[in-house]
Amino acid sequence: MMEEYPLKARRHLSEGSEWTFELLRLYDRELARVAAHYGLDTYPNQIEVITSEQMIDAYSSVGMPVGYHHWSFGKQFMATRKSYRRGQMGLAYEIVINSNPCIAYLMEENTMTMQALVIAHACYGHNSFFKGNYLFRTWTDADGILDYLVFARNFVAECEERHGEEAVEAVLDSCHALMNHGVDRYKRPARLSLAKEQARQREREDYLQSQVNLLWRTLPPKEAAGAQKADRRLPPEPQENLLYFIEKNAPRLEPWQREVVRIARKIAQYFYPQRQTQVMNEGWATFWHYTLLNHLYEEGRLSDGFMMEFLQSHTNVVHQPPYYGRGYGGINPYALGFAMFRDLRRICESPTEEDRRWFPEVAGSDWVQTLDFVMRNFKDESFIAQYLSPRLIRELKLFVVLDDDLEDELEITAIHDEAGYRAVRQALAEQYDLGRREPNIQVWSADVFGDRSLTLRHYQHDRRPLEEASTAEMLRHVARLWGYTVRIESVDEAGRVEPLEECRL
Amino acid sequence: MSQFVDRRLSGKNRSAVNRQRFLRRFQGQIRKAVSDAVSGRGVADLERGEKISIPARDLNEPVFRHGPGGRRSIVHAGNREFVGGDRVERPESGEGWGGGASPEGEGLDEFVFELSEEEFMNYFFEDLALPDLVKKQLSAVPEVKRVRAGYTSDGSPSSLHVVRSLKQAIGRRLAMASGPQEALREAEAALAELEAQGLGASPEAEALRAEIEALEARIAAVPFLDTWDLRFAYRVNQPRPASQAVMFCIMDVSGSMDEARKDIAKRFFMLLYLFLTRSYERIDLVFIRHHTVAKEVDEDDFFGSRETGGTVVSSALALMDEIVRARYPSALWNIYAAQASDGDNWEDDSPRCRDLLLNAILPRVQHYAYVEIQAEHPQSLWREYEYVKSVNPRFAMQRILGLEDIYPVFRELFRKKAAA
Repeated sequence: MMEEYPLKARRHLSEGSEWTFELLRLYDRELARVAAHYGLDTYPNQIEVITSEQMIDAYSSVGMPVGYHHWSFGKQFMATRKSYRRGQMGLAYEIVINSNPCIAYLMEENTMTMQALVIAHACYGHNSFFKGNYLFRTWTDADGILDYLVFARNFVAECEERHGEEAVEAVLDSCHALMNHGVDRYKRPARLSLAKEQARQREREDYLQSQVNLLWRTLPPKEAAGAQKADRRLPPEPQENLLYFIEKNAPRLEPWQREVVRIARKIAQYFYPQRQTQVMNEGWATFWHYTLLNHLYEEGRLSDGFMMEFLQSHTNVVHQPPYYGRGYGGINPYALGFAMFRDLRRICESPTEEDRRWFPEVAGSDWVQTLDFVMRNFKDESFIAQYLSPRLIRELKLFVVLDDDLEDELEITAIHDEAGYRAVRQALAEQYDLGRREPNIQVWSADVFGDRSLTLRHYQHDRRPLEEASTAEMLRHVARLWGYTVRIESVDEAGRVEPLEECRL
Repeated sequence: MSQFVDRRLSGKNRSAVNRQRFLRRFQGQIRKAVSDAVSGRGVADLERGEKISIPARDLNEPVFRHGPGGRRSIVHAGNREFVGGDRVERPESGEGWGGGASPEGEGLDEFVFELSEEEFMNYFFEDLALPDLVKKQLSAVPEVKRVRAGYTSDGSPSSLHVVRSLKQAIGRRLAMASGPQEALREAEAALAELEAQGLGASPEAEALRAEIEALEARIAAVPFLDTWDLRFAYRVNQPRPASQAVMFCIMDVSGSMDEARKDIAKRFFMLLYLFLTRSYERIDLVFIRHHTVAKEVDEDDFFGSRETGGTVVSSALALMDEIVRARYPSALWNIYAAQASDGDNWEDDSPRCRDLLLNAILPRVQHYAYVEIQAEHPQSLWREYEYVKSVNPRFAMQRILGLEDIYPVFRELFRKKAAA
C-alpha cells in the first residue's frame, strides 16, 4: 500500500545535484515503493557505481559484464571513448544487464537527478521488462547467464593458451559474423548452467567429434550406399540456424572450435530478445521512469529543480525529429515506444470514440493491468501491429514511402489519414520484423557423398537482393568454419533458384 | 532489496587487452598511418600521441545484409506536404532522409582513434636501432655488478655472514637441545620430589641423578656453532647495461649556413636525441659549433646565434676529441656524434679532418653520422669523408635536401645492421 504523506510533512528527498550513497539508497527506496504501487515485478537490483572509463568499458563489451577478449571489443571501446570525449554521448543512459540479480550501472559523474532517472529507468523499467516479457522468459536465463559468461571467458582464454590467440580469433571472427544467423527462432533453448556446461563440455567434445566422424566417413558401407544416398540429405530440412548446423556438422572443426561456435551461438541467443524488443523495452523503461518520477513529484518528494533537469534530459531522449529535420535517423525507438505506452494509458483512461472503435477491448480498461499484459506478451512487431493508434499516427505524422527499383520515383503509399492508418501500421510493424529486416539465409544442403561443399540459400522477399561485397566476405567466414567450398544461391519469390556467389577452398 | 556496490576503484582497464588485440590485428595499417603522420608533423612535437585513421572498410565486421534494389516500404515521421499517392524524386544518395531504413547506420569512411604517446613512439622506432648498440652490449667485456642475492650455505670464508650464521646456530641449538631439556626438567622435578619426601638416597633417586648427569652431558655436547650453521652472503653477477650515452652535436655556423639549413640540422639532431632516449637512461648533450674556431656552447647559443667567416671543420673535431678524453671515457660512455654542415671547408683542412676521425675519434665512438644539408655539389670534405666511410663502418653520411628528407635519411643512417 502506498503511504500517504500529509501535506505539511512533505519534504523533498534532496536539494542540489550532489549524490551520496545515502541519497541513492533513499531514492531507490522511494522508487521501489512507487514501483510496487504500480505492481512492477522485478528481479532484485544490484546497482554499481562506476567511473566513465568503466562505463565505456562496459559499453564496448556489448554490455556483457564478463567477456572473452576480442579485437572488435577493443575497436568498440576506442570508438565509444572518442565520441564520449567529444561529448557526443551522454552515457547517462544506461547499461542494465538481464541477469538475476539485475545489474545496473550508475556513472559517478552524474548528478543526483540523473542517478535517480537511471535507477527508475533501468532498475525498475528494464528490470521488470526482463522479468516479465515472454521473449526474455523463453529465450534467456537470467539466473545462469553470468556463470555462463564466466565459463565462456575461461574457455576461450584456455583455447588461446593451447592453440594461440590468432587461431581462436579467426574462429571468433567468423562466429561473430554469423551471430545473427545463430539463433533458433522457434525452438526454446535449454537452460544454461555453469556446472552442467563444464561437466558436459568434455563429453560433448568427444561425442560431437564421433558423430562428425561417422557422418563424414569416407567409406560408406557398400551395400547400403545407394539406398542411403537417396534419403540421407543433410540437413533433412533447410536449417535457419547456421551456427548450430556448423557446430553439429562441420567436418573439419576441432572439438574446441565447435565449443567456441557454441559459445557464440549461446550468446547470440541470449541477445536475440533484445533485438526483437527494442521499441518495447526502451519505451517501457522510459514510460516508467517518467511515470515513477512524476508520481514522486506529485507527492511533493522532488523539487522543481529536479524536475526541470529530469524533463530536459527526458525530452531529449524522446525527441522525434521530422524527416526533413537535422539529425533525422529514422524513427527513434525511445520516442515511439514511450509515445505508444503513454497512448495506451490514455486509451484506457480517457478513450475517444475513435479509440473505442479501434481498441474495443482496451478502451476504458484498467491501464496498469493492460500495460502489464502488453509488456508480457508482445514483441516490437506485434506490439506495433496491435497497438499503434490512429491518433498517434497523426501525432507523429507518419507516412509510408515505397521504394521500388522498377519505378523511377518513390511513391508515398500511405499517410496519416483514415485511408492510410492500417497501411502505416502494417508497414511500421514490418519494419521491426527481424525476419524481414535481415536476409533470410538457410542451409540448403551439404554434399555428404561428394565434394563436401555446403550450399546456402537466400530466400528473397520483395525482390530484395543480398549486398554483394558483404556476401562474398561472409562466404569466406562460412567457408573457414565449414572447411570446404561454400556457395550461396538466391531463390526468388517465384521459386527460381539462381547461383549467387561461391567461395572455393 | 537493492544492493549498492561501489566499483569505482576496481580495475578500470578492462578493455586494455582488447585494445592490444585491436592494435595487433591492424598493425600494418597503423604502421603506415604512423609513418604518414611523422612526415606531416614537426620533430619538436614528435613525442605525443596521434590520431590514427584506418579505412573503415578494413575493419568492418560483415553480416549478411540486403543490398539496394527490390521493393521496400519505409515509414518516416513528420510528414508536412505529402498526401497519399504522391510521387517524389528518388533522393540522390542511397535512401535519403537520414538513411531511415538501417537503424544500425554504417557510419563514416574512416575509423579514427587515438594512439597514445608511448604507442606512437614505439611504432615510430619499431625497426630502427642504433647500429652498434647491440654489439657493444653483447660482445664488449660485459660490465657487471655484484649484487646481493640472499644467503647460501656454501661460500668462501671472506663472505661468511656472522649474524646469519649465529641465528642459524641458535635455532639449531634450540631444536637439538629441546628434547633433553624437557627430560632434564622432568627428572629434576622428580628428584626434588623424592628429596622432599626424604628419599634422597634411594635407588630411584640415584637413577635419576645418573639420568640428569647424562642429560646435562648431552645438552653440553650440542655444539655452539656447527659447520651446518654457516651462512655466506650470496652475490650474483648482474649485468649492468651501459646505460649512459653522450651525444655530440657538431654544426657549422659559418655564413653559408642559413636559417633554413640550421632548421634542418636541428631537426636531425632532435630526432637523434629522441632516439637515444629510447635506448639510454641518461644522455648528455654536447653542442659544438664552429666556423674557423670551434666552441662548446649551450643549446640556445648553438641554434640561435650566427657567425660569419670561413670554415675549419677540423677545429670542431679536435675539440670533440679533447672533450671525450677529458670527460667521457669510452669505457663508461656510449658516444654518438652527429655533424651537420653545408659541405664548405677550407681545401687543405679536409685531409686533417679525415685523419682526426680515423685515428682519434672513430675508435672511441659508437656511431658518427654526417649529414650534408643542401650542398650544391660535393666538395673536398665530402670526398674525404667518403674515404672514411669506406674504411670504417661506424661512419655514416647522407645528403639532405629538404625537411621531408630527414626521416628517410635518418632511417638510412641508423638502419638495423642485421638487415644490412
